[in-house]
Amino acid sequence: MSFFMLVKINNFIISCIVVFIPFFPITIHASPDINYIIKDDSILNSRNDLTGDPYKGRELVRDRNKGNCLACHQLPIPEDAFHGTIGPSLHKISLRLTEAQIRLRVTDMKQINPISIMPGYFRSPEKITRISPLYENCTILSAQEVEDIVSYLVTLKSDPFESPL
Amino acid sequence: MSIFNQLLSAFFSRLFFLYILSVTASQAELVSGYEFSSEQAKEFQDDDFQNPGFLLIEQGLNVYNKIGDNDQLCSNCHGLNGDQFIPKSIAQFPKYHDILQKPVTLRDQIQHCWVSRLDNFSLEYDDPELLALETLVRNKAYGEKVNVNISGKIKPYYEAGKAFYFTRFGQMDMNCAQCHDIYTGKMLRGQKLSQGHTNGFPLYRLESQKMINLPQRLRECFRSLRAETFEQDSKEFRDLEIYLNARGNGLKIETPAVRY
Ligand code: HEC
Ligand code: HEC
Ligand code: HEC
Repeated sequence: MSFFMLVKINNFIISCIVVFIPFFPITIHASPDINYIIKDDSILNSRNDLTGDPYKGRELVRDRNKGNCLACHQLPIPEDAFHGTIGPSLHKISLRLTEAQIRLRVTDMKQINPISIMPGYFRSPEKITRISPLYENCTILSAQEVEDIVSYLVTLKSDPFESPL
Repeated sequence: MSIFNQLLSAFFSRLFFLYILSVTASQAELVSGYEFSSEQAKEFQDDDFQNPGFLLIEQGLNVYNKIGDNDQLCSNCHGLNGDQFIPKSIAQFPKYHDILQKPVTLRDQIQHCWVSRLDNFSLEYDDPELLALETLVRNKAYGEKVNVNISGKIKPYYEAGKAFYFTRFGQMDMNCAQCHDIYTGKMLRGQKLSQGHTNGFPLYRLESQKMINLPQRLRECFRSLRAETFEQDSKEFRDLEIYLNARGNGLKIETPAVRY
C-alpha cells in the first residue's frame, strides 16, 4: 500500500529572516515556493540544488530560536545540560530511519501524525492559526536549514560517540 | 506453543493491563504545579518569610485600607483586613455575576467594587494595586478547594474556554492540552511540564523575579508558541480562565505560590 501526494504551494515564502528594528520587523522573503513530494512516509530530496551541512545542522538543533530539537529530544550533544524527554531519543536515529524518512519528519511531522506535538518546521504557514505578526508567512526553518539538520541526523549511527562531529 | 510461553504471555498481558490501568488513573488525578516544582521553588513557597508573595499581600493591605473617592473603604463592607471574606466563596471564582449579567473573575469583582463602591477610576488590568488586592483576597482562601460552578448561565463561557484549550495556536502549532495533559511530567529542555493549573495564582516567578496574575502567564505560553496573543481582559482569556479554574476543581488554593 503506498500513496503518492504532491504538495505544491505557489507564490509562497519558504523562509524568512526577521530583522528586529524597533517596532518594524522587516521580513525578507527568500524563495517563492514550497514544493516537495511525499511518497510513503518519506520525502526524497526534491531540491537537488541544496546540500546539507551537518556542522550547521548540529548548531541548528541546539539553537533555541531555530530547531530547538533539544527542547523535546535527547541528542549526543553533551555540552548542553538539559535535553527534553517529550519525544523519543534521537541517538542512533539513522539506524532506524532513512534519510528520506527523516526529511519528512523534520519537514512536517503532522503529515504522518496529525496530532503530533512536534512543530512542522517547513509546514505551510497557511495551515496555522494566529501566528505572531513577527513570523507572519514564515516557516520555522528554511529549506536549506532542514537539509542541514537532516544531514546531521544521518550521521547518528552508533553509541556512545556516535556523532563524528 | 510451550506452557512456558503461554505463562509468559499471560504474565505480560496482565502487566500490560495493569499499566493501562495506572495510566488512566494517573490522568484523572489532579496534581498541583507545586509537585512539579524545583526544590528551591518549594522551599520559597513553604516559608512565609522567604516567600516574596507575602510582601505583595502587605502592599495589598495598604491598598485595601486606602480611602476611596467617596470616602468609602473596602473594610466598611468586608471587615478589618478582609476578615469577612468567605474562603468558600472566594474559591468559587470565576462566577456568574447576576447584576452585571456576565461571568466575573476575582479580578473583575475587585475592579467592580473599586469603581462602583469606592468611586475610584478603574485600574489598568495589570496594575500593581489590582494585583496586590487580588493576592490579598485569594490568600484569604488559602487551603480552600477550588470549586467553580459550571452549570447554568456560565456554561457557554466554560464551553468556549474548553474549546480554546484544545485549539492549536502559533507557529509552533500546539494546543494547551499537548503540554499540560499529554506530556505532563516530561521535560521541556530544563523545565518539567505541570498540568497547568491555576490554584497558585497570583504567584511569584523566580525566573523574572516578580508576581504575575494568570493572564500574564497565559501570555507567556502564547509567546513561546509564537502566537499572536490576546489582550489580558479579552473574552477569550476570560473564558479560558473559567475553564482552567474549573479544570482544577478540588485542588487547594496556594496563593501566593512560587514557581520557576
Ligand atoms: C515539542 C516537542 C518536539 C520538538 C521541538 C521536536 N520534536 Fe521531534 N518528535 C517529537 C515527538 C513527540 C515525536 C514522536 C512522534 C510523534 O508523537 O509525533 C518526535 C519524533 C521525531 C522523529 C522520529 C523519531 C522516531 O524514532 O521515529 C524525528 C527524526 C524527530 N522527531 C526529529 C526532530 C528534529 C530534528 C527536531 C528539531 C528540528 C525535532 N524533532 C523537534 C517532539 C518534538
Ligand atoms: C459598599 C460596600 C462595599 C465596598 C466598599 C466594597 N465592596 Fe466588595 N462587595 C460588596 C458586595 C455587596 C459584594 C457582593 C457581590 C456584588 O454585589 O458585587 C462584594 C463582593 C466582593 C468580593 C467577592 C466576595 C465573594 O465572596 O464573592 C470581593 C473579592 C470584593 N468585594 C472585594 C472588595 C474590595 C477589594 C474592595 C475595596 C477596593 C471592596 N470589595 C469594597 C460590597 C462592597
Ligand atoms: C510547549 C508547551 C506548552 C504549551 C503548548 C502551553 N504551555 Fe503552559 N506552561 C508551559 C511550561 C513549560 C510552563 C512552566 C512549567 C509548568 O508549570 O508546566 C507552563 C505553565 C503554565 C501554567 C502555570 C502552572 C503553574 O502551576 O504555575 C499555566 C496556568 C499554563 N501553563 C497554562 C497554559 C495554557 C492555558 C496553554 C494554552 C494556551 C498553555 N499553557 C500552553 C508550557 C506550555
